[in-house]
Amino acid sequence: MARFIVRRTLGMIAVLFAISVIVFLIFNVIPNSDPAARIAGKNANPALIARVTTDLGLDQPLPVQYLTMMKQIFTGELTSYASSQNVVEQIWKGLPATFSLCVGAAVLWMTLAVVFGYLSAVHAGKFTDRALTVLSLVGISMPVFWLAAILLYYLSFKAQLFPTSSYVPLTKDPANWAYHLILPWITLAVLFVGFYSRVLRSNMLDVMNEDYVRTARAKGLGERQIRIKHVLRNSMIPVITLFGLDFGAVVGGGAILTETVFNLNGVGLYAGQAIGSLDLPPLIGVTMFGAFFIVLFNTIVDVLYAFLDPRIRLGTAAPA
Amino acid sequence: MMLSVENLSVRFATDGGTVHAVDDVSFELAAGEILAIVGESGSGKSVTAQTVLGLTRAPNTTITGAVRFDGQDLTQLNDRQLRDIRGERIAMIFQDPMTSLNPVYRVGAQIAEMIRAHRDVSKGEARDRAVELLASVGIPNPERRVRSYPHEFSGGMRQRVMIAMALALDPDVLIADEPTTALDVTVQAQILRLLEKLNAERGLAVVMITHDLGVVAEVADRVAVMYAGQIVEDATLESLFYDPKHPYTWGLLGSLARLDQPRPVRLAQIAGQPPSLIAPPSGCRFAPRCPHAFEKCAEPPPLHDGDRCWLDLEQKRRLRDVDGRIGLRRAVAT
Repeated sequence: MARFIVRRTLGMIAVLFAISVIVFLIFNVIPNSDPAARIAGKNANPALIARVTTDLGLDQPLPVQYLTMMKQIFTGELTSYASSQNVVEQIWKGLPATFSLCVGAAVLWMTLAVVFGYLSAVHAGKFTDRALTVLSLVGISMPVFWLAAILLYYLSFKAQLFPTSSYVPLTKDPANWAYHLILPWITLAVLFVGFYSRVLRSNMLDVMNEDYVRTARAKGLGERQIRIKHVLRNSMIPVITLFGLDFGAVVGGGAILTETVFNLNGVGLYAGQAIGSLDLPPLIGVTMFGAFFIVLFNTIVDVLYAFLDPRIRLGTAAPA
Repeated sequence: MMLSVENLSVRFATDGGTVHAVDDVSFELAAGEILAIVGESGSGKSVTAQTVLGLTRAPNTTITGAVRFDGQDLTQLNDRQLRDIRGERIAMIFQDPMTSLNPVYRVGAQIAEMIRAHRDVSKGEARDRAVELLASVGIPNPERRVRSYPHEFSGGMRQRVMIAMALALDPDVLIADEPTTALDVTVQAQILRLLEKLNAERGLAVVMITHDLGVVAEVADRVAVMYAGQIVEDATLESLFYDPKHPYTWGLLGSLARLDQPRPVRLAQIAGQPPSLIAPPSGCRFAPRCPHAFEKCAEPPPLHDGDRCWLDLEQKRRLRDVDGRIGLRRAVAT
């Protein structure tokens, strides 16, 4: 276990390093990205641009610029070029909204995916299965920004069933917190419900043909017990892997569209604004924050995996 | 009779047509008897065995005939009623002990699960019983092994676990579907010894499904030979090996490698392939491969005196003699 953690930590450092270098380089090669020219304004003279360039340290060689930026990230001093705000503080501020959105959506999407996938597999080929198949394809196909806009327009604006936007802190007013998040949760969950229920359905259909399921039946177990204890339990293993990746990604800023449309002041909205203004410090900050969560949840999933499937042991290769 | 299968037929509707997997199969199993059902892959022996416990039931399956056990017809029971038979009265073990146990649960839990599905006992009691059972099938350190996962056992030990589980509720009948096929020969012998011991000590009646005549010779009291979904011969062990009636049986016996005879240039085989079970031959199913087939074989022969063949007995005794031993000639001498 200790070796596993050490290995994973080293891996995480390598991933974060690679990602930061890539983002940094991309930013420096895309056209029109010179922050000095942007900050100096539309009618800036060359002298002003030159002064801004020196102030931001943009006249330094790239490796030096990179190292300075990394140092600022880890000391928490990184500030935005565009707004002079502290990046780390801004990400920190966005965390409650992002976590509220992601955790709620994840609970929703896992619950519905398991229910739908289970029903689909148990009634494979019948009406329930076909209906759920169509439904999940619709869910997978709907663009998040479109769905969000439609929900907002019809349910909030027209029917006045839900508040239009913004985030209410959980600590301030739990009921309103949930009320304000219902539509964002649904929006973010829909895609994953569709996708996960399909994956679970096909896993369950495979597992139903396993010899140990026949054994369970020959033991005289009830059909429901067989489906839940033997079929569903074993079918969840790949779904958990997907979940680790996707949850890490949405926490790490992947809910960018949902946060933007619903005006939730989370990490995703911040990332969206940084992209809009081609602002490197927040971009690097958010990307590394996202990568950190993806790697973190991957690691958690690997640990979970060893509990779900006793054949897998941490630190050793899986037996062939 | 402990268990009696009467005119059992099992058909599967598939995209390619209806598969007549089992056709008019009847056999009886007496208390304390070991009956072997022998046949090659696809002869319907496993389907027959699984149908006894209702394991082949599916929307695309048609089952006719009867499986009589303890005054009931098992084919007519609903799932709820069948569950009281499965495991409790008739237990089953399968070919591949690697895949027959759920990889994510400890073996003790899998045995306890079966006990608790039928008996109102606590988890602790069920676990204690699991330890006893593991000990009774010869698993060393049962106290510790009860907490092991299936992948931590060897193939032979896993089959012992399966047997221990099958014995958990002291059933009357054990159906063993190719229990030794996936195992090494030495381990095979140990498992067969174990089954024989259980048969002798507990009076457990066993239906042993196998394709291996060596296994049959070791343990069986009586043998049913299946070919293309039908029983073609049903005889005592002795009669089957020394006075086999059906040409297919001759072919099986003739193709055995024997150490007590000079080594043949090549092992004898039965020419041709088993027929498709979607469109089986209308007459005798073995006729297309049988060098002794004659006009009458265009009609389906009934199973008569444990033999499904039109040839008469005296003729058979002459025809099955190939160079002084039993076998199926490669071509008919005309």
